Amino acid sequence: MNSLRGKTAVAGLGYAGLGSAPGWSPIELGAAAAERALADAGLSIDDVDGLCASTFYHFFPTTSFAEQLRIRPRWTNADMTGGSTFMAHIQQASLAIEAGLCETVLIIYGSNARSSRDIYGLIDLTPLQVAYQPLLPVGAYAMAAARHMHQYGTTREQMAEVAVASRLWARGNPDAALRDPITVADVLSSPMVCDPLSRLDCCLVSDGGAAIVLTSAERARDLRQPPVYVLGSASATWHRDISTMEDLTVTAAVQSGREAFAMAGLAPKDVDVVQLYDAFTILPILFLEDLGFCSKGEGGPYVENGGIAPGGRLPVNTGGGGLSFVHPGMFGLFAIMEACIQLRRQGGERQAGAPDVALAHGNGGYFSHQSTNIFGTAVTLR
Amino acid sequence: MSVSLKGPGPVAQYLKYLSEGRFMLQRSSETGELLYYPRSFARGAPSAGLEWVEMSGLGTVYSFTTVRRKPEHGGDYNISLVELVEGPRMLTRVLGMDPNAVSIGLKVRARIEKPAWDPKAEQPLVVFYPA
Repeated sequence: MNSLRGKTAVAGLGYAGLGSAPGWSPIELGAAAAERALADAGLSIDDVDGLCASTFYHFFPTTSFAEQLRIRPRWTNADMTGGSTFMAHIQQASLAIEAGLCETVLIIYGSNARSSRDIYGLIDLTPLQVAYQPLLPVGAYAMAAARHMHQYGTTREQMAEVAVASRLWARGNPDAALRDPITVADVLSSPMVCDPLSRLDCCLVSDGGAAIVLTSAERARDLRQPPVYVLGSASATWHRDISTMEDLTVTAAVQSGREAFAMAGLAPKDVDVVQLYDAFTILPILFLEDLGFCSKGEGGPYVENGGIAPGGRLPVNTGGGGLSFVHPGMFGLFAIMEACIQLRRQGGERQAGAPDVALAHGNGGYFSHQSTNIFGTAVTLR
Repeated sequence: MSVSLKGPGPVAQYLKYLSEGRFMLQRSSETGELLYYPRSFARGAPSAGLEWVEMSGLGTVYSFTTVRRKPEHGGDYNISLVELVEGPRMLTRVLGMDPNAVSIGLKVRARIEKPAWDPKAEQPLVVFYPA
């Protein structure tokens, strides 16, 4: 299980058009982000020989991006698992680099979810679910939240703490969309969307492009930025529809987390900073449990009293997450980027100390696919 | 042996039964497993052994949400995951009561109805009422 540990590294990061970018297509936004990521790494587009991409809007995301960038990649991959896609791309691109199929991979994303008012794109919703108009995805997560409350006594106040913490972190992120502090009472009194989730329990709908450069560890050491090494990466696919999720309080993060930690040779106690997919406030609570940061049912108490806010027991979603920073349809790549920013110690006002190990966890579909990445600084390779 | 390709596919057959007023699901004759939603692949036994059996229609609410909607757009409505006494769980609606009064564990009974929330829909669906 340690075959990929330390073999590849994130060498460059870029994003573009975050928030609102009317008149820009997802491909244009992603390509603008790619130029910034390459500049960040000190690389040229001619160095790129691999490409990973997925969007809500394209059957052919990698060919569309390759054409926009005018490159002829030797290896491409458009695995589509929802918001967790990009964590899976990290593993797939690492495999390709390790196998010698390519050396430098751009992982790109772009979305105009806000401007186009289209959060579904090409999504193939299941007919037997659509007929009941369940208001996906929020309806699915609302039922998971209701079940967690029923089984473990989790409260709306505890879920609200996740939103409150995200705002406190976002205050230190100049690129975050929502930077004004909120209170638990604000979350509880915001309009209900799908009980028990209110508007402030739900993520942003943004425009934006993002891109990262992944390359061999050897090459990354000669580039402009401190390498962020991939220590562990694993994914798990358990279902598609919320009706076929075996237990609404247990996600496939149990599996992806266990396998990513095994590859990294690390345990939750070794992680300094955590990025958890937070499309809705219940998600980080479930992932803290399933990834092993606390036991099942203890996620609510764990986030209480600022548990994951600045100065709390664990720095979680230090950029403000999908709740307060940005959420252009899929958040995965932004969670990865924040993990890298923290390990590069470039978080500015939101920098969470001097971390050496970061975890970025992605969620896709309706808890359908989970993917966990563990990253480390150079000291973790010694 | 794989599933027979004669006649409609599994979901189409399920809907056809509903049109005839019957709430039928597939069961593996070998393992006894009941499938929701209907599929063309059984696990642990040949798919040719899938047979249609009638559900009792009794179940309990496993989880639910109230989708909030302005009164002028039809008002709030329930979405539930109902666990049938036979085992499978399905996404559906609980009707015939205030959506805010639905609770986990509520005992419900199926009816086959054209969806009142979609006047254009011809296909009857399984919905639930308090038992």
